[in-house]
Amino acid sequence: MEVKTMAEFQSEGIQPELLFWVGCAGSFDSRAQKISKKLVEVLNMAKISFAILGQEESCTGDPARRAGNEFVFQMLALQNIETLNAYAVKKIVTTCPHCFNTLKNEYPALGGNYEVIHHSQLLKSLLDEGRIKVEGDVFKGKKITYHDSCYLGRANDIYEAPRSVLEHLDNEIVEMHRSRANGLCCGAGGGQMFKEDEPGNKRINIERVDEAANTGADIIAVNCPFCLTMMNDGVKEKDKNIMVYDISELILQK
Amino acid sequence: MKAGQIIFIIILAVVAYLAYKSYSKIIYNIRLGKANRIVDRPKDRWRNVILIALGQKKMFKKVVPAFLHLFIYLAFLLTQVELIEILLDGILGKHRILAPVLGGFYTLVIATVEILSVLALVATSAFLIRRLILKIPRFFQSEMIGWPSKDAIIILGLEALLLFAIFTMNGTDVLLQGIMPEKYPDTGTLPVSQFLGPWLFGGMETSTLMFLERMAWWLHVLAVFGFLLYLPISKHLHILLAFPNTYFAKLTPKGEMDNMPDVMSEVKSMLGLTTDDVAVGDGAMDELPEFGAKDVMDLPWNQLLAAYTCTECGRCTSQCPANLTGKKLSPRKIMMDVRDRAEEVGEQMRKRPADSEEVFDDGRSLFDYISPEEIHACTTCNACVEACPIMINPLDIILQLRRYEILTLSQGPSDWVPMFNSLENTGAVWQLPEERDAWIRQ
Repeated sequence: MEVKTMAEFQSEGIQPELLFWVGCAGSFDSRAQKISKKLVEVLNMAKISFAILGQEESCTGDPARRAGNEFVFQMLALQNIETLNAYAVKKIVTTCPHCFNTLKNEYPALGGNYEVIHHSQLLKSLLDEGRIKVEGDVFKGKKITYHDSCYLGRANDIYEAPRSVLEHLDNEIVEMHRSRANGLCCGAGGGQMFKEDEPGNKRINIERVDEAANTGADIIAVNCPFCLTMMNDGVKEKDKNIMVYDISELILQK
Repeated sequence: MKAGQIIFIIILAVVAYLAYKSYSKIIYNIRLGKANRIVDRPKDRWRNVILIALGQKKMFKKVVPAFLHLFIYLAFLLTQVELIEILLDGILGKHRILAPVLGGFYTLVIATVEILSVLALVATSAFLIRRLILKIPRFFQSEMIGWPSKDAIIILGLEALLLFAIFTMNGTDVLLQGIMPEKYPDTGTLPVSQFLGPWLFGGMETSTLMFLERMAWWLHVLAVFGFLLYLPISKHLHILLAFPNTYFAKLTPKGEMDNMPDVMSEVKSMLGLTTDDVAVGDGAMDELPEFGAKDVMDLPWNQLLAAYTCTECGRCTSQCPANLTGKKLSPRKIMMDVRDRAEEVGEQMRKRPADSEEVFDDGRSLFDYISPEEIHACTTCNACVEACPIMINPLDIILQLRRYEILTLSQGPSDWVPMFNSLENTGAVWQLPEERDAWIRQ
């Protein structure tokens, strides 16, 4: 797969339209890498010139900041802002709502001002404008339920864009009991992804998978690589016959 | 001057004095918090006050309790109009002084109070049933054991007493108006008491009616005064503080965490990103600075206001994913702990000599109330913030405590250490041998 970096564009003297912020999950997690590749497919199909930072990208600092480690957050954020500003980046797309939230809401206070969109917003506008179309019918007849991520939903009040992406499919969409502003967390945020649970009687992802299973859905659609991991783990543990996909994977099916 | 008048004025003066004392304490305790100037976006702030505090918009996430709550709230608001007359009557020794002056408008006000009072009685009964018979789970979690549960029942009991007084007062008055119109001015037709009065009190001696009317009037007055003095020691302070709390609430996106400028400038100079010549290590930094919050004095004052505003309804906790899955964290408990600690600190601070220059230290902190296990369970999902009908933000406090634990104490979950190391060394949350852009080539 051919993806150019900002450095490569710069050496050609071209400024790409968009920066694709891949994030740690999108770069290193084998399941989330598929979403990164899917977004590259989408961007190519829509003929949008884009770049990644490649090795110059670091974690946005979201998990460090929420764990309470402001030093590590500032270190990462200030370095990232240096890099982004050096390339005069104007517009960023992310596949991760945590990266999205940090870049959009928290970098301005540190001197990083960009137009930041989440890929569900990009998908919505490309579908609405007819620049991309639903491809494939692998999931024909499957019932889909959409899981709101906290950082796209409550944190940024984006509930409709991902849902309107799913409306481009012929599939039946069912809502979970707790959805939109009342959506239940997958259990990964606030640094929980990187630690053991505190003592309790159930894992949060199991609680959410139970709720998703109650809708009778065959597919849980997510918009966050961490929700994806949590939901997948939950489905496996409960031995449910449910698949978990990022919304982009439901649009370009293979 | 009649004896009743004198007694009333004495009681009024005592109540005013006691109220002044206890409300001053609350203000003092709130001001223990850190200075935080909130002057931006006044229009949006007033909008929140009108929609969320006055309009109770967020209550309507649960429709039935929202209506029940609205009945009590409106009855309460309108009873304040009636209270003006009670004060005037009490001081001047008159009876229903405003009735002849206001005429039809008076009837309208009292009639509305009566109708709302009936609705409030329904609501109060429903709320008591929820707590005593249905035993709704969120009212029975560990932090509600003891005083908080009693507090809720006392308030509802006091409300029932007040409503009982209003109807006895009006019901006997309706009959007395027919017997002694010169002493009991015409109130116009009252929607409830015109039936309730004759039905309950019809056929009684005039003197009995007069006695009952006076008793009910005094009961009404004393219930209101009692309520006023009870508010500052109860969760019911929200009827007053919901207004300032929604005004001073956070307006930025829920996902945005406040920046720490001191840490930023330090990291900037460390990374060589700063252009101005800041003298680093000129002695000013000899003492290690403290970051985050370990006590109420480290929290911005508006968080203490929020703690006093909390009415312990538990909507936050009932939405918290950690709490729902059996973890110890309860956002409601966080707010109650902050308030209880503010009470404790305030109490001790007031005992100190006014000129004491020592930094307050009683060897205790918020961490004596809130365990690390609680703050470690938070997923920062904002469900508690979303759930609060009056814009309280327990998440901000949890994050301040986490900052203290990690930055000042260098403690925290050991699982996070490899993550921090990896972030510092490789810029990725996981320590992995492959390169960040390897996925392109796979």
